Amino acid sequence: MQPSVLAKSLQLCFWSMAFSLGALSLSQAAVFNPQTAVLDNGMEVVVIPNHRAPIVQHMVWYRVGSADEGPDEKGVAHFLEHLMFKGTKKLAPGEFSNIVALNGGEENAFTSQDFTAYYQTVAKDRLEIMMANEADRMVNLRLSDDVVLPEREVVREERRGRIDNRPSSQLSEVMQASFYLAHPYRYPIIGWDADIQGLTTEKALRFYRKWYAPNNAILVVAGDVTLEDVLPLARKYYGPVEPRALPERKRAVEPEQLAARRVTLESERVSVPNLSIRYHAPGYRVAEGNDAYALQVLDQVIGTGPNSLLYQRLVLDGDRVAQVGSGYAADSYDGTHFSFYVAPKTGVDIEEAERLLRNEVGRILEEGVPAEAVEQAKKQLQSASVFARDSLTLAPGIFGRALTTGSSVEAVENWPETIRAVTVDDVNRVLRRFVRDEASVTGVLLPKTARNEGS
Amino acid sequence: MKKTAAIVLFFLVSVTGYARAYGVQKVVSESGIEALLIEDHTTPLVSVEFSFEGGATADPEGKEGLSVFLSSTLDEGAGQWNSRSFQKALADDSITLYFSSGRESFGGTFVSRLETLPQAQALLKAAINEPRFEAEAVERIREQIRQGLQSRKESPSRKIQTFARELYFPAHTYSRAVDGSEDTLDSMTADDLRQLHRALFARSNLHIGVSGAISAEELSVFLDAVFGALPLKPEIPFVEDIQPQARGGLVVIDEQIPQSLIYGVQPGLSRHDPDFYAAYVINHILGGGGFQSRLYQSVREERGLVYSINTSLYDLDHSPLILVSAATQNARVGETVALLREEWKRMQEEGPTARELEEAKLYLTGSYPLRFTSTGRIAGMLLSMHRLALPLDFLEKRNSYIEALSLADVQRVAGRLLDTEALTLVIAGQPEGVVAVEPERLSAEN
Repeated sequence: MQPSVLAKSLQLCFWSMAFSLGALSLSQAAVFNPQTAVLDNGMEVVVIPNHRAPIVQHMVWYRVGSADEGPDEKGVAHFLEHLMFKGTKKLAPGEFSNIVALNGGEENAFTSQDFTAYYQTVAKDRLEIMMANEADRMVNLRLSDDVVLPEREVVREERRGRIDNRPSSQLSEVMQASFYLAHPYRYPIIGWDADIQGLTTEKALRFYRKWYAPNNAILVVAGDVTLEDVLPLARKYYGPVEPRALPERKRAVEPEQLAARRVTLESERVSVPNLSIRYHAPGYRVAEGNDAYALQVLDQVIGTGPNSLLYQRLVLDGDRVAQVGSGYAADSYDGTHFSFYVAPKTGVDIEEAERLLRNEVGRILEEGVPAEAVEQAKKQLQSASVFARDSLTLAPGIFGRALTTGSSVEAVENWPETIRAVTVDDVNRVLRRFVRDEASVTGVLLPKTARNEGS
Repeated sequence: MKKTAAIVLFFLVSVTGYARAYGVQKVVSESGIEALLIEDHTTPLVSVEFSFEGGATADPEGKEGLSVFLSSTLDEGAGQWNSRSFQKALADDSITLYFSSGRESFGGTFVSRLETLPQAQALLKAAINEPRFEAEAVERIREQIRQGLQSRKESPSRKIQTFARELYFPAHTYSRAVDGSEDTLDSMTADDLRQLHRALFARSNLHIGVSGAISAEELSVFLDAVFGALPLKPEIPFVEDIQPQARGGLVVIDEQIPQSLIYGVQPGLSRHDPDFYAAYVINHILGGGGFQSRLYQSVREERGLVYSINTSLYDLDHSPLILVSAATQNARVGETVALLREEWKRMQEEGPTARELEEAKLYLTGSYPLRFTSTGRIAGMLLSMHRLALPLDFLEKRNSYIEALSLADVQRVAGRLLDTEALTLVIAGQPEGVVAVEPERLSAEN
């Protein structure tokens, strides 16, 4: 089995560590037995005990991401994430990072459309040091141009490396901008280059003062601790931070899409063509009934792995398609997408692969997904639960994303049961409701050849 | 940054609170198969990481990429299962089983829940001993590999690495691409896969690490069942040690991209060298880890030239290297390269300071336990221990090797490890402010 080349992750990190948290969604969740509390200032606390090794992962998640930015500050959520390492009233730039390192800790931070998070992984007896400093930078950030301006150049280099050097990322950015006409998900998390150049110390601080507050934050601690250990420390360090009046998290409403859109990117740096189609679909918070769960089962049945309907029918039974699959992530504050992708075999036109994909999806729409395949997919999803518990670092990511995108601890814990209750009718209902041509954007990535140049 | 020290020390509670027994057991099965085990019942599952020495070095001439092909076909039908029923059996029980071939070893990853272990063991046994290589699966995987090769063909970083390999190791197996080319891919047959499978999979070149809810006795039975029928010895080519055949120079590969990729390479130190830990610490301080390294501070923090800049020790069995990589906009390549060379030379000539050494020791010893966050990672550590023939108490002792390093040791080794004149830079992009310099070619006897 060859892994697909089209995996993607919508998240940026402070630095380029191999980073796996973003790759798994709630669909990998299980019963983690979390313990929860709320501090007097409104900060939520989630503790996930895991006693394999005497270590902890300490994370603070903020309910703010790039989709919460105003029109003159695109890119500031991610820029601020970088600047949070630049010191406070007490600590010089980089000093918190030095403290983490001297205590044998590892750290990073990341920003999505809906959340921003900071974490350290340390021996459990260093948890208090991490909390003291994370609480400090929640309220005492100090910035000046001499550290902000070089960091702005770092972010521009990050953009060049992640996007401008890579045609597939450029296409994905254009697809996203075409998918949303009004909603701020249309803007890149990192910002367009001109947006980044327009960011300033003052804009970063304004955004910080607006959104960074204990009543907009979630403390997640996983590892060799219990709530009994964590809560007194949380009260001591995060407790004294004053809550703020928070702006409403209100994004522009995306109008219903009435006409299909199509974007094509040709580049000399592309050798293998591929095509993907994104359809508007709801995330957990905005979904009706169990739609978000039925979409996860649909994703598993129709396009995840070598047992999926599309892979079986187009790759195994057919002889024109090299790779095919689907994608869906439910942990989005507003809408999200259900997607298909296809790559033709060598010598086969992208148009033919597209036609085969659309025909097969059309056939499944008409006939419905087989009940047996739905049962199998549900079994596969549920049996992943033990594996989710094996890793110390998986659970805190799942809870952090859930709580910053409008889902809940209970929903995470009940995930296997909710999946179990999905019926074949549910799956066919969401398929027919959301997989509609007029509510889609198709993106085509093509090699730039003489033929293409001439057309 | 001068006032940092006092506050940092205030936060430093203790540095030796980690002493811990890991309980590594060596398990030897009846047929003589060895594995290292950490028994751990935290979650009811078993992770096994294993590898066969050889990897892509076992690819016949003209069949480069064969071991990669093999790694993608073993799970496409074996024993009683055809491709579809094999993949369905894996998915139905959420069994993780996949193979990957690297330059010098062929690896396997296996994770099963306890309740599915008998079925998972049967699938693993079939993949290891009785792969089918049926025509449909072989052709389908060939096409998927072709797509991967084609999509990487225009990758600037791949072009850089190919150039550097051929420059450093002409005519040696290291000059060959692990994943081959479309031409070699076309030449491979199911018989080639069968032959490589027979040649590579044996007991004497097998290394295994296991973690999870399994006892030594149960593991012993598992090992015999899965690996016991393999031949004792592999039939893989002997690989000669080789000194890099070029030194220094700056090579530009013309690519139409806004950000240049900068890659540097020079000879390194072997994992088995007595100075390995000193080299490890020097790498960390120069550009290895976190936000504290000299290169990170100088090139990213102070000047905003890059998003990432890293150095790493690359422990090729027959020619260890030290690597550096960075990326910056074309207009600022000259400045970035100048800083990189300056820091390289400063470390070579002066080594780390006493304070840098102390801080590196605190990080490297303190962070060691963070590697034990899942059974899969633990099994991977045990596999490396077995492959390197490290003692059973290595995990307990490892930090003491780092703590024992003196400033004099590390300063001496900095001069031994780093050689600014030998550092070869290969840059892909439209770099400005640099002048290409032909690398010096060395004779084969050198």
